[in-house]
This record gives sequence, structure tokens and C-alpha cells, in this order.
Amino acid sequence: MTDTLDPRIRRADLEHAPASGGLAQNEHWEPFAVFHQAKRGEEHSFVGIVHAPDPELALAFAKEQFGRRKKTVNLWVVRSSDIYTFQHMDDDMFATAPEKNYRDASGYPVRKRINKYLEELKAIQHTEH
Amino acid sequence: MSEAIKDLLYHMADDELVIGHRNSEWTGLGPILEEDIAFSSIAQDQIGHALANYTLLNEQFGEAIPDVIAFSRDEKQFHSSQFVELPIGDYAFSLMRHFLFDHAESLRYAMLSESSFAPLAALAKKIKGELKYHTLHADLWIKKLGTGTEESQARMQSALNEAFPYALGMFEPAKYDDELKSENIFEGETALQTKWLETIMPILERANLQLPKLSIKERMYGGRQGYHTEYLQPLLDEMTEVYRLDPAATW
Repeated sequence: MTDTLDPRIRRADLEHAPASGGLAQNEHWEPFAVFHQAKRGEEHSFVGIVHAPDPELALAFAKEQFGRRKKTVNLWVVRSSDIYTFQHMDDDMFATAPEKNYRDASGYPVRKRINKYLEELKAIQHTEH
Repeated sequence: MSEAIKDLLYHMADDELVIGHRNSEWTGLGPILEEDIAFSSIAQDQIGHALANYTLLNEQFGEAIPDVIAFSRDEKQFHSSQFVELPIGDYAFSLMRHFLFDHAESLRYAMLSESSFAPLAALAKKIKGELKYHTLHADLWIKKLGTGTEESQARMQSALNEAFPYALGMFEPAKYDDELKSENIFEGETALQTKWLETIMPILERANLQLPKLSIKERMYGGRQGYHTEYLQPLLDEMTEVYRLDPAATW
């Protein structure tokens, strides 16, 4: 793995991948969650799982399993065991969220104001030319 | 000049078709699902590269259509190296062959991307990314197994010992090499072999594997002149079994 300027991301340096982790690592493969990115700048979406002994091979497998048909610019792999989640029984914490529509941004009449601004902008550009 | 380019294209395409077929023999039998899919995709890519070169032979030089070239010649007419026709062996051997072959292929196309024969330069640029994946996949496995356990290291080393004399057969010089070089079409097999050795040696070293010491006589040449091992004709018989039922059938 190489460190990047962005501390949130580790890009696999496949040429200088560390040596094999020995028998334990090679015999007990782990699931890795795969996240697919269709276009640079877009979000990575979870698409499925590959089994691999290390992140480098997980990427190599993910490339063919999830990048061989649809348009792909990049993939992430994350050890499934590094993903933290709530207990199923705790889903009642979310139960009343759909009722709280006052939290939706949809109530704000922003669109009108944007359109008005755009029109003003157009008028200014028009007079400039 | 066209004889020289045709000879080069046949050599490349036949190597790609035969190794593509061999590697596809692992489909459904790969050691694990993920690897099965990856290795099968690589085999498909190889057959795709063969098709691209047979298509150039057809479109640029008036040879038969790709299906006819691929499926209706016998072993004597194949210009592939003996290396690619060897049986798949165990997975160690198939991975080692994949490593040795795909580095040669990748470097060959890198050289051809500067070729004065424009259609080949264009093909080289188009498949660059595919070949990058092939060598990446091979390098990861070589390193993983070479530095894994005592057994995995021993099996990779023995696969390398077995494969290496045949691998050198990929660089069997052609009688047209000087001509291709002077016309800036291709630098030649000897130049390619030198680049190949420079590329694979550090990777093998990091993987705790050693190239066997060989005398020049031990290189397995002959494939390019149509001299093959006992393994090629049965492969062709199997590959063309359906085609031969009705060569004029359309799909």
C-alpha cells in the first residue's frame, strides 16, 4: 500500500506489494466488500464480495468480477471485517425518522430563487454583449 | 515486406490462440471461483488478440477470414512456439506460463506501439490496458506463491525450471527480423528477449525464485517453423471439432 496525499485513501501499489503472509494468511481467505465507481468524481457503490488472501489480490479479483462488463474507472475493496454496523435489534432507532419531514430540504422554495438569479445573470450577460 | 509482416502476425496470433485455448481449459476447474473468473477472462482476451491479428492478415494481406485461418490449418502450418501448446499441468505451471508469456506479450506490444506498420501500432495501443491487468495478475500470484510456504515455493520453482527452456522458444528469431527492424516495424525477437529477461528477473527475485541456468542448445525452438510437440495436433483437433462438422455454418 502506498500513502497518498489524501489520508482517507490507500492506493494499492501492486508492483511493490508486501511478501506473502505465510500459511495462515494464504489458507484462510477473507471476504472483501467491493465498491464500484462508474465515473471519476462519482460515488463508489457497494456491489458485492470477493474472497481473497490480501487486499492486492482482492482488487485483482474484483476487477474481473465487477469491472468486466459495466463501465468502471475504479474500485475499492475493504475487508468486510473492517465494516462496523448496528445490531438488527437496534433498527428501532430509525423507526420515526420518516415522520420527521421537517428535516427534509424539500420544504424550502429555493428553486424559485435560483431561477430568478439565473434570469438576472442572463440579462446582465445580454447587456454586456 | 508484406511477407515479413505476415510472418510476424501469424507468429503472434498463433501464440495467442493456442495459449488462449490452453488457459480456457481451466474454466470451471480453477482453484477458487474468483480466480477461475479472472483466468478465464484472461484466456478470452488472448483469443481476442489472436482474432485481431488474424483480422489484420485478412484485411491487410488478403489471407482467409479469421475463422478459416484459425480452424482449418494443421499443426505444420502453425507458427506458434512450443511453449504455448504444452498441457496445462498443475496450476503452478499454468500460472508460471501465464507470467512468462504475458510479460513477453506486453513488452512485444509496447515495442509495436511505435511500429511504422500503423494497424499494429493501433492494436498495441488499444490492448495496452488489458495486458497491464494480465501482468499485474500474474505478478501478484508469482509473488504470493513464491514467498508463501515451502511447498508453494518449491512448486513454483519447479514450474519455472520446466517452463523456462520452452519460454525462450517464444523468441525464436524469424528470417525476416532484420527486414522488420530496418523498416521500423518491429525491433526483433532478440531485442524482445533481452527486455523480457530484464523485466522478469527482478520480479522472480522478489518472489524468491531463480532462473535455471541453461545452455543455448536447450532452448526449445522450432515452433515458428512448424515443428511442434505431440501436444499441438490433439489441441487443434479438439478446438476445431465443432467447426469441422460444418465449416460453412453461420452463427
